[in-house]
Amino acid sequence: MADLVFWLIAVFTIASALVVVLNNQLLYSAVALLFTLFGVAALYIFLWADFIAGVQLIVYIGGILVLIIFGIMLTNRISSVRLSQTNVQQGIGGVVSIWLMILLGSIISKTSWLENQSVEPIGSTVHDIGILLLTKYLLPFEAVSLLLLGALIGAAVLSREET
Amino acid sequence: MDHLSNYLFIAAVLFSLGVFAVMTRRNGIAVLMGVELMLNAANINFVAFSRFGGMNLDGHIFSLFVIVLAAAEAAVALAIVINIYNNLNTINIDDASELRN
Repeated sequence: MADLVFWLIAVFTIASALVVVLNNQLLYSAVALLFTLFGVAALYIFLWADFIAGVQLIVYIGGILVLIIFGIMLTNRISSVRLSQTNVQQGIGGVVSIWLMILLGSIISKTSWLENQSVEPIGSTVHDIGILLLTKYLLPFEAVSLLLLGALIGAAVLSREET
Repeated sequence: MDHLSNYLFIAAVLFSLGVFAVMTRRNGIAVLMGVELMLNAANINFVAFSRFGGMNLDGHIFSLFVIVLAAAEAAVALAIVINIYNNLNTINIDDASELRN
């Protein structure tokens, strides 16, 4: 049963990613990206990463996807038919990406991965992640907060009106 | 669902699709969506290796940082795209080549 659900989610994720890549209507691509991100969050749940799945839902779907849809709305005249876009050089791009897929797939299937079948953790991972963030990874944590501040100021400066 | 390679295959397919989007799409926002797909594929790998490496939470921390960086990147990239649109009235990234000449 769980296997069936896993493969359904995998097919769902990859199919919506295909729609993201191939659809000519930009807004449809954004909506398909929503489903892809949902599928990835479901995969995180299969990997026992409940906190990461929650962060994925909040930051990616609640933040980045809304930003992308804002961008689409701001850079297209809705009344005209400029919401569409075309792909160029689809042939060579498809060849290169399929080649990359086959390369990665053969590497993955030929390597004998060490699989440590650990037991499923009882309770959530939030407690341990919080302790790790404030002890072992304190410096990257603070650096990332500085980076977010810089990105915030930079985006505000870039997008304001010239005075 | 209990094998590492399944997750790695899904991540590889997502990554290749992201590469395809970055190579073929000519709309700045669509390229950004391809980059998000690639970042998600890398994140799946981080979390999968963490799960099959004895539930070591370091991979979770890494993917958390990747998500934060993706948020910052999306904000700055959209600001740039909107600026290009205001100045050149297009978001076709092939037209944004003023620095070249």
